[in-house]
Amino acid sequence: MNDITETRKPPVATTGILGWLRMNLFSNWVNSLISIFVLYILFQFVPWILNWTIFAADFKYNFNGEEIINREMCSRVLDPENGGACWAIIYVRFYQFMYGFYPREEVWRVNLSYIMLAVAVVPLLFDNFPFRKHFLKFTYVFPVIAFFLLNGGLGLESVSTNKWGGLLVTLVLGCTGIALAFPLGIILALGRRSNLPVISMMCTLFIEFIRGVPLITLLFFGMVMLPLFLPEGIDMDGLARVLVAVTLFQSAYMAEVIRGGLQAIPQGQYEAARSIGLSYWQMNLKVVLPQAIRISIPSIVNTSIGLFKDTTLVIIVGLLDLLGIGRGALADTTWLGLAYEVYFFVSLVFFIFTFAMSRYSLYLEKKLKTGINMGAD
Amino acid sequence: MSEDSIISLQNVNKWFGEFHVLKDVDLEVKKKERIVVCGPSGSGKSTMIRCINRLEEHQEGTIIVDGIELTGNLKNIDSVRKEVGMVFQQFNLFPHLSVKENITLAPIWVKKMPKAEAEELAMQQLEIVKIPEQADKYPGQLSGGQQQRVAIARSLAMKPNIMLFDEPTSALDPEMIKEVLDVMIDLAEGGMTMIVVTHEMGFAKTVADRMVFMDEGRIVEEAVPDKFFNNPESDRTKLFLSQILNH
Repeated sequence: MNDITETRKPPVATTGILGWLRMNLFSNWVNSLISIFVLYILFQFVPWILNWTIFAADFKYNFNGEEIINREMCSRVLDPENGGACWAIIYVRFYQFMYGFYPREEVWRVNLSYIMLAVAVVPLLFDNFPFRKHFLKFTYVFPVIAFFLLNGGLGLESVSTNKWGGLLVTLVLGCTGIALAFPLGIILALGRRSNLPVISMMCTLFIEFIRGVPLITLLFFGMVMLPLFLPEGIDMDGLARVLVAVTLFQSAYMAEVIRGGLQAIPQGQYEAARSIGLSYWQMNLKVVLPQAIRISIPSIVNTSIGLFKDTTLVIIVGLLDLLGIGRGALADTTWLGLAYEVYFFVSLVFFIFTFAMSRYSLYLEKKLKTGINMGAD
Repeated sequence: MSEDSIISLQNVNKWFGEFHVLKDVDLEVKKKERIVVCGPSGSGKSTMIRCINRLEEHQEGTIIVDGIELTGNLKNIDSVRKEVGMVFQQFNLFPHLSVKENITLAPIWVKKMPKAEAEELAMQQLEIVKIPEQADKYPGQLSGGQQQRVAIARSLAMKPNIMLFDEPTSALDPEMIKEVLDVMIDLAEGGMTMIVVTHEMGFAKTVADRMVFMDEGRIVEEAVPDKFFNNPESDRTKLFLSQILNH
């Protein structure tokens, strides 16, 4: 090995913090100007926001050390100049934000469902989870357990869904909508691509109709019209009716996302699957869908995030989800005028969930890109 | 249809829309016979062999494979596909499955074979195509030649009586063509009935029992290789051969 091929260290000014700054923030004068401007803005606002939300904020007690029980006791009402956010409204109504009007003595059932939800979902999301196979069995039965836990029955006292509210309703709508819409979407996507004209036409009509209508319309449809289609004497629960509407809505979007994935699968894959004797369903389940779904994961997560946020629309048909509880809190005369705090909190909760979803999608994308499975083909 | 023929095409016609791809094609293939089909591109060679396992539907005429007539009857199509293996120009391996899983997929799901038995079978097939050491890799990690050999193993795992090859070496780098052809020669020597669409004339001379030359959707000439290469009847064949042999 001679000197020419020996590796050398890069020039000092291109590495380290200084190098990074120079490369990314101050590479030329336009870039430098923008960087300085952005830094100035951050410098102006970040301390102010931190101060308002944390350092000058009241949590349970105001600056006089009294426990806050109404808006007049908030530091920012007493001293508009120096007071920060008054989180006491969240503190006092935290139970409602999480569970709605679920009876306090039964609330362990909701908490247990939240924990079980995590146990059911996490192994589903990470395929290197230890003992994943066994956990997935639990994932399949979880919806049934959760139904009885939350709703009552099997010896548990029944809790009518009009007592449910807050995060509970948001999660029930979001999770059930996404979980049910996924298989439905797959079936609709396959149906739309079917060679049988009747099936393909029906699926196309369904998808186009649902996608052509705003979710609110579907929610009203679920609330007002669905009972008309049910046999007489059967009364469908309000939440269930909304769930039907949300699931139909989401399945149409899911179908289009998965159809996009299906279109990316080369014809040769179908031909190879057929030539070794696989039936239509075997071909789709074993060869086509695993690849198509992998491709569409980012879009699947994207529409799921959309749905999760759209569940706030149920406020229109009288269900109190997280946002609904928030608006209820604002209407309370004891707490009037604390809109910033309430909306900030509701946004934060939504953000935690949707940000987790979006990170998960990025993680998957990265894994699939670097993963060996899809290789160079 | 003669007594011992395993594939019989009679008066087969096919159109793609208005385009007449196959024109009155007649072909009889006997058991254990090796047929090489050649011809210029667009002459209908691939379409013809794709009709034999119903990847394409013919519109007129009869195709009988191993005593089963190919009609709209889905059951017939399934049983024919179990009899006939096919190897494609683009390999068409399943990229999300390992080499072993590619091969065991059909035995497990179509023949309901237990997993352990299917894996043993897969290893046997990989021995035949000489890459048992690649069993746990994914198709994307293999060279083109290796991928094509896996594709051959995947077809063989269904124990077909007939193998169709649709330009199996056309997508390969020159130095990988030989490894695939060698496997095909072994297969031919083992007594497999084969129809091979290829431009590898050296391969054709070694293994073919009969050459079939197609042009514009018709079979122009059928002859044993010796006669086909040295003394072809039709001018069209002569022209084609002079173009591919003298370049």
